Amino acid sequence: MAFKQVTSPHAHSAQSTAKVMQLVIWATVPGILALTWQFGWGSLINVVIASVTALICEAIAVKMRGRSVAFYLSDYSALVTALLLALSLPPLAPWWIIVVGTVFSIVVAKQLYGGLGYNPFNPAMVGYVVLLISFPIQMTTWVAPLALLPEGISHPGLVESLQIVFGSINPVDGVTGATPLDVFKHSSGLLVDQVYEREPLFNLAMFAGAGWEWVNIAFLAGGLILLSNRIFTWHGPLGMLGALALMSVIFYDSGSSTSPGTPMMHLFSGASMFGAFFILTDPVSSAVSNRGRLIYGALIGVLVYIIRAWGNYPDAVAFAVLIANFAAPFIDNYTLPRTYGHTDRRRATEKEEG
Amino acid sequence: MNKTWVTPGGVHPPENKLQSVTQGIGQLPIPETLVIPLSQHIGAAAIPCVEVGQSVLKGQVIAKPAGVVSIPMHAPTSGTVSAIEHRPIAHSSGMLAPCIEITSDGADTWIEHEGISDYEHISPTKLVEMVGNAGISGMGGAGFPSAVKLNPGRQRPIDTLIVNATECEPYITADDSAIRERAAEIVEGIKILSAILGHPHHIMIGIEDNKPEAIEALAPHVEGTGISVVVFPTKYPSGGEKQLIYILTSKELPSGKLPADIGMVCINIGTTYAIKRAIIDGEPLVSRVTTVTGDAVGIQRNYDTLIGTPVSHLLAHNEYNEQAGGRVVMGGPMMGFTLPSADVPIVKTTNCILAPSYAEIPDDEPAQPCIRCGMCAEACPASLLPQQLFWYAQAQDHERLEAHNLFDCIECGACSYVCPSNIPLVQYYRAAKGEIRHAQDEKVKADHARERFEFHKERIEQAEREKEEKRAARREAALKAKAAAAEKPADKSDSAPSSSAADIIAAAQARAAAKQVSPEDQQAKLERTIAAAEQRLIVAEQKLAEAIESNSDKQAVLSAAVENTRQKLQQSKTKLAELTA
Repeated sequence: MAFKQVTSPHAHSAQSTAKVMQLVIWATVPGILALTWQFGWGSLINVVIASVTALICEAIAVKMRGRSVAFYLSDYSALVTALLLALSLPPLAPWWIIVVGTVFSIVVAKQLYGGLGYNPFNPAMVGYVVLLISFPIQMTTWVAPLALLPEGISHPGLVESLQIVFGSINPVDGVTGATPLDVFKHSSGLLVDQVYEREPLFNLAMFAGAGWEWVNIAFLAGGLILLSNRIFTWHGPLGMLGALALMSVIFYDSGSSTSPGTPMMHLFSGASMFGAFFILTDPVSSAVSNRGRLIYGALIGVLVYIIRAWGNYPDAVAFAVLIANFAAPFIDNYTLPRTYGHTDRRRATEKEEG
Repeated sequence: MNKTWVTPGGVHPPENKLQSVTQGIGQLPIPETLVIPLSQHIGAAAIPCVEVGQSVLKGQVIAKPAGVVSIPMHAPTSGTVSAIEHRPIAHSSGMLAPCIEITSDGADTWIEHEGISDYEHISPTKLVEMVGNAGISGMGGAGFPSAVKLNPGRQRPIDTLIVNATECEPYITADDSAIRERAAEIVEGIKILSAILGHPHHIMIGIEDNKPEAIEALAPHVEGTGISVVVFPTKYPSGGEKQLIYILTSKELPSGKLPADIGMVCINIGTTYAIKRAIIDGEPLVSRVTTVTGDAVGIQRNYDTLIGTPVSHLLAHNEYNEQAGGRVVMGGPMMGFTLPSADVPIVKTTNCILAPSYAEIPDDEPAQPCIRCGMCAEACPASLLPQQLFWYAQAQDHERLEAHNLFDCIECGACSYVCPSNIPLVQYYRAAKGEIRHAQDEKVKADHARERFEFHKERIEQAEREKEEKRAARREAALKAKAAAAEKPADKSDSAPSSSAADIIAAAQARAAAKQVSPEDQQAKLERTIAAAEQRLIVAEQKLAEAIESNSDKQAVLSAAVENTRQKLQQSKTKLAELTA
């Protein structure tokens, strides 16, 4: 009798990369629902266009690299990238914006670096930044949230939305509008209280901006689902949200006319929750150890605030994440955990003594 | 109730222990032939002391220990020695190793043997010697000779004795069933250990809470003995020596150290039973409890198995279905290794033969890329970063691997178990450790060669220098002599030079005589040298064995030291032989 030779361990848990990715996709559902409810069909259309583009690009790239297409498509990672990019893009953005961004994400940021597991930068954020820099007008035109639509006007229906996306008609006036972060960026001269009183975006909201707070709450909920399933640990998200909250408390400036906005607004508008739970938790491009991820998250939180408050862009998650991606290997060198039986943490760059 | 501490990481694979533990420990018919490998332990292989054709009795010594870190082997049953040759053994590489084959006569006749009951009055040294003579090596893990472990030396007093009854590997129930049926003898064995170690302050039996029957069985026997049964939550790999020490004492075993260095001895509970049998009953270790389990066998239970029983014998008697599963594992599903064939024998460390069906343990999925999700780091009981180790193992970056404490990896397999990308992580670490050890070996060799070369060069240069100096001196002397001769040619007398030459010869002879020592003195000196070298060899071997056990990266250096000492010893012995001849 000759037996099969296999290396230990022989038992394996049922977890798989595909299942992890699927769970991430499911966890975006609350966010997608909130976006669709508050901003119309745009986000869903983004998701469909990006997903189709991503799968085609991934298949072609994998094929050209001489790998098994079925094997690599079945890990769902291309879909996750597409989804994350699609949800960061403005609803009702022209179709080619989405296609260009997705192609860049999948082909350049992911496959050219060696595919899944080898990309030093978050592919979705690379795509997003390329678009933001290349097409600033399309990228900064957001749809107005439900509560702020002018009397008698509603979000365009599905067919109408598709017509807008594919460029055959233009959206009706009043359908687009500023985001809470835009408002604060351009409201110098007004006290924070005055902004809250005058701007319908705030006086129709609970605490952080009409529509946006719901979207952020939904992404927070999705993130907590992932956290409870141990897809990632709390370190990264808490690091970012903690640092962002701390920065916005320190620089709140008691609500003066130069204040960059309230802590609640910073935590619950823009891409704060989405970034904290879905973007910086991308394990491939982040730091690896728990302590490393805490620092990595905090770095992103600080950068997000700096760029929002004093930079040229109203929101900054994409830039902050990419800059932190650069720093991740450096952070890794200094954040090794203390191994059992050792008194001190070591450095990854340590040379053998003697 | 003793306090316990929680280790980081760990996993909870399905336990699968119930199926093999319900029937109690069974007995199999004696196999026709038994194969006893000469090396079933860490240390030097035993040396056969029987001949082919010789008849042996059960318990008779068939191989003698080779050195301090070695153990004797005993005939597991009565019969005839039918072969002494290389056979396949239970090793993950499927290699052949020297074995003694015994054809049993079916009578299972014991050799005359006698134990002692009043071990309290026997010196610990004598007890340790008895443990060594009984051929006992650790029965839970690597198989470290117990006599060596129980002899930590006076500079390392033992304060805590930990008996490992964790049995955290899924499927295995050998210790569990042994405790249920042999609790009294096990506790007796622990008391003997306690006597050997000078009655340590703390004696703890560490056991997971998934063995309530075993815990209950131990309770009446430990009452009033000072031995505490410490129960803690089930989690793999709590039974790892380092993990268990932390769980029970909150102390960490410093990297590269042995438990004895921090005043502890950690011993498997199966070994305590063997020690009881050895001391009280005078029986050497010839059998052990082995679990036969997995859905590919029809009967799943524990057997009191003779050492040397071929695995095929166990499988055949338990309705093994070849079609049902593809692999047969010696050990558990986490750390066990697949057997190359069913011809290999059960050894002293074999706690389980696992024949899983395809449904239980399917063939491995192809590995996907690592996405550094960090689930492995969450599962690692040693707080390593498996994903980084994997990365650097692929890159063969030895410096980074060492900085990431590769050698603190206990190869428990928790990282591979949770890996969503099905990467055989542990395999990468084993390979990387091998590479690093090999590189260090080479370095030691290269250093040695370089030293010899430099010494050689130095010697040649020295000789050259001395020659040159002599030449210069002679030249000068000649010049002086010429000058002197030129000055007073008349004074030259005939006797002076010859007398001075005679003086020189006489002086040289006297020096030689002084140097010459009587042969007796020389012999005595050589014998002293040999004795000292033997001592050094013992110490060096012990250090090497400890290094192997603690998985230290100094193994290469130490094994070179052992080799060196051995060679010097050999040289002295040859000289002595020449002298006495």
